[in-house]
Amino acid sequence: MPEPSKKKLDLHRREMPKQPPEVRRRNFNEVALGYPVETAVEEAQRCLNCPKPSCISGCPVEIDIPRFIQCIAAKDFAAGIRVIKEKNCLPAVCGRVCPQEEQCEAACLLKKRGGQIAIGRLERFLADWEAAQGELEIPPVPPPTGRRVAVVGGGPAGLTVAGDLIRLGHAVTIFEALHKMGGVLVYGIPEFRLPKAIVHREVNYLRRLGVQIVTDFVVGKTRTVDSLLEEYDAVFIGSGAGLPWFMKIPGENLNGVYSANEYLTRMNLMKGFLFPKFRTPIKEHRRVAVIGGGNVAMDCARTALRLGAEVRIVYRRSREELPARAEEIENAEEEGVIFDFLTLPVRYIGDGNGWVKEMECLRMKLGEPDASGRRRPIPIEGSEYRLPVDAVVCAIGNSPNPLIAATTPGLEVGKNGNIVVDEETGKTSRERVWAGGDVVTGAATVILAMGAGRKAARSIHEYLCSL
Amino acid sequence: MAELRATQMLVPNMHLLTVFAPEVARGMRPGQFVIVRAEEEGERIPLSVADWDEAEGTLSIVFMNVGGTTNALAALPAGSTLPTVVGPLGKPTEIDHYGTVLCVGGCYGIGSIFPIARALHQAGNRVIVVLEARSSFLLFWEERLRSVADALHIITRDGSKGLRGHVGRLAEIIAAAQPIHRILVNGCTFLLKRVADVSKPFAIKTMVSLNPIMIDGTGMCGVCRVSVAGATQFACVDGPDFDGHQVDWQELLQRRKQYVREETLAYRSSRGEEHRICQGHAHA
Ligand SMILES: Cc1cc2nc3c(=O)[nH]c(=O)nc-3n(C[C@H](O)[C@H](O)[C@H](O)COP(=O)(O)OP(=O)(O)OC[C@H]3O[C@@H](n4cnc5c(N)ncnc54)[C@H](O)[C@@H]3O)c2cc1C
Ligand SMILES: Cc1cc2nc3c(=O)[nH]c(=O)nc-3n(C[C@H](O)[C@H](O)[C@H](O)COP(=O)(O)OP(=O)(O)OC[C@H]3O[C@@H](n4cnc5c(N)ncnc54)[C@H](O)[C@@H]3O)c2cc1C
Ligand code: SF4
Ligand code: FES
Repeated sequence: MPEPSKKKLDLHRREMPKQPPEVRRRNFNEVALGYPVETAVEEAQRCLNCPKPSCISGCPVEIDIPRFIQCIAAKDFAAGIRVIKEKNCLPAVCGRVCPQEEQCEAACLLKKRGGQIAIGRLERFLADWEAAQGELEIPPVPPPTGRRVAVVGGGPAGLTVAGDLIRLGHAVTIFEALHKMGGVLVYGIPEFRLPKAIVHREVNYLRRLGVQIVTDFVVGKTRTVDSLLEEYDAVFIGSGAGLPWFMKIPGENLNGVYSANEYLTRMNLMKGFLFPKFRTPIKEHRRVAVIGGGNVAMDCARTALRLGAEVRIVYRRSREELPARAEEIENAEEEGVIFDFLTLPVRYIGDGNGWVKEMECLRMKLGEPDASGRRRPIPIEGSEYRLPVDAVVCAIGNSPNPLIAATTPGLEVGKNGNIVVDEETGKTSRERVWAGGDVVTGAATVILAMGAGRKAARSIHEYLCSL
Repeated sequence: MAELRATQMLVPNMHLLTVFAPEVARGMRPGQFVIVRAEEEGERIPLSVADWDEAEGTLSIVFMNVGGTTNALAALPAGSTLPTVVGPLGKPTEIDHYGTVLCVGGCYGIGSIFPIARALHQAGNRVIVVLEARSSFLLFWEERLRSVADALHIITRDGSKGLRGHVGRLAEIIAAAQPIHRILVNGCTFLLKRVADVSKPFAIKTMVSLNPIMIDGTGMCGVCRVSVAGATQFACVDGPDFDGHQVDWQELLQRRKQYVREETLAYRSSRGEEHRICQGHAHA
């Protein structure tokens, strides 16, 4: 291997082919098409294989990034995917939805020169390469320890805990409220960004490792955590952030005003875009306003666009403060989503038959930074104006669903309903109960949920071994 | 997944299902519901539970065939498998010793009011049951309800049995049986609203089991929101029972109509006419 300093710097990031905007705004197929082999190898060869790689510290699960990249450069893809899987059981998902520009890629040494390695795209490349080889290799599972763990929720946090513990020989059962596994990956994130076949493949992999999966089971309703504790040695709660927020402004219950969760669940989990073959209806609207500026808002906007609507994102700050991933903002812009910045809805106006017809908005200006470090939006008095709409999707946030906290005595929760845990171990205030992911942090990211799952699995394993 | 143990058409268009779902039956309480899918591509619909047997592990559900999903359910033979039966969902009906209670059931609510009447009876209340139907041939479970009631009245629109007319005639029953300490109503939205209207002048607390559109039934999607006493509530987790004198009926009736056009399409398609509203093809 040559000394990094002697290698000539290639600062030209390889582009990943995408469906052209005019085409993709009419279909639900995946937008980004992935690197072809030669491009992946070229991109990998740009990596300096730094002696003190800073990229690894940017990764919440500490994937040995330079090592897997060198495998691609050497065209040993099988070795590369093994390196990733030492740390990350959902590479095809993370390679697609992680905010790499803020994580590993932000820490890449080449970033200062504007040519950071496309780590996420390379991760995705290896995961897709592996999938193309046919059935996934099933690693040997150690002999059963006789210990049993119940995992609540089939999202990224729960999947990670289950994967880690089954490979340590513990029996694992996942209880999922919906009829499909994957959490937000199946009910929230649209097909065009994360094909559901990928999530199913990962879930099947866990199944083949021996994880028991029980869908249509609401913990706190079908059975309580306490009742699970009678049968299981430990319980992990990864129930996510499912409770949608509304703004509590007049007209919010008019027909045509949706929560992002409703809109996306109809489309993704229930496949509303294939209605009526799939039976859950979704409306065709002409003018849709999406309130919010995060990934959820982008997903709603791009979905509505694909159903033929004129779509605007209404956001109370400016473009700079948009919390969504850069790539998704660009995709939305390319596809023709209109952005109304510095705009705050104050009420919805009905058409007299119960349907939303207009929304009244206020113009905003930015003041001093607030607690979140972002500049605070301040309404400009007298700036009210009306926008004609026939649908509004409210994508302003979620907090944890209270079902479990309400039925588990002694489980400490914070003021937003989030479960309180010890950060290093994921232990809750209840004996033998761990928690992690969005239910602890509030709406966050896939990789952070997985990281929390990993820590909890380690702590649960320690506990089980002490029995 | 749950096995359909038995099916029966009780009266025209009204069906009784017996479903094997032991985990669900175990925790069931009066007034709770389940979410059901009839087929893999199917919608999730809420259905109240009309009875259950913990030892057998079964649930009884009474439903009216009104659209795509209920039509598919009605067509399933015993022995089929339902892809989803999840529950028990919602808060149980508050059962207490009130004194005299009036249990009103119409439509499928004749089924779902039964476990409520039974529990109230067991709690030592004087239970008066009122059944409402268009005509006598649409009544069912009369004897079953009589067995848990101190008195039973019937109102039919055509007068073929009991009092003739609309639920407005409930006023006479209420007036005659005073004091009544609480009224509980199950059935279609129109019935719920009418009973609440009738009982309001008597100032008797009237609990109605609301039936807005739902998807997940766990408080995640927000589609089931209703305005009660000026505040937004999620019927699936805060309800389904609410004080009928505090419900914004106008809003509820409007919200229930959101998908009428699409549902008509779906109903037709469930009979073989295919349509698509978008060009995308996806990986199911
Ligand atoms: C539309 C959208 C787009 C997003 N885009 C991105 C992105 O691009 N990149 C990114 O990193 N993150 C993104 N996120 C955030 C990310 O998806 C979440 O942070 C992550 O999924 C959290 O994982 P989790 O396992 O904690 O919870 P979830 O994924 O929410 O899974 C929780 C699971 O628990 C189940 N459950 C809940 N209550 C119960 C119960 N009582 N009993 C049994 N099961 C229960 C739920 O049905 C669900 O399946 C997005 C989120 C949304 C909504
Ligand atoms: C908590 C709860 C409990 C419920 N319990 C029961 C139950 O025990 N038995 C039962 O039959 N239904 C019950 N319902 C109503 C039931 O969920 C709907 O009838 C069902 O969703 C209809 O689905 P569908 O696809 O067959 O009809 P859709 O195609 O969705 O509806 C077809 C048409 O019928 C109308 N419609 C829908 N429901 C009703 C109704 N109940 N009465 C009159 N018109 C209606 C719709 O507005 C629409 O115009 C309950 C609803 C809730 C929220
Ligand atoms: S910091 Fe960048 S260049 Fe260095 S090893 Fe990591 S990815 Fe390669
Ligand atoms: S049905 Fe989704 S929140 Fe009530």
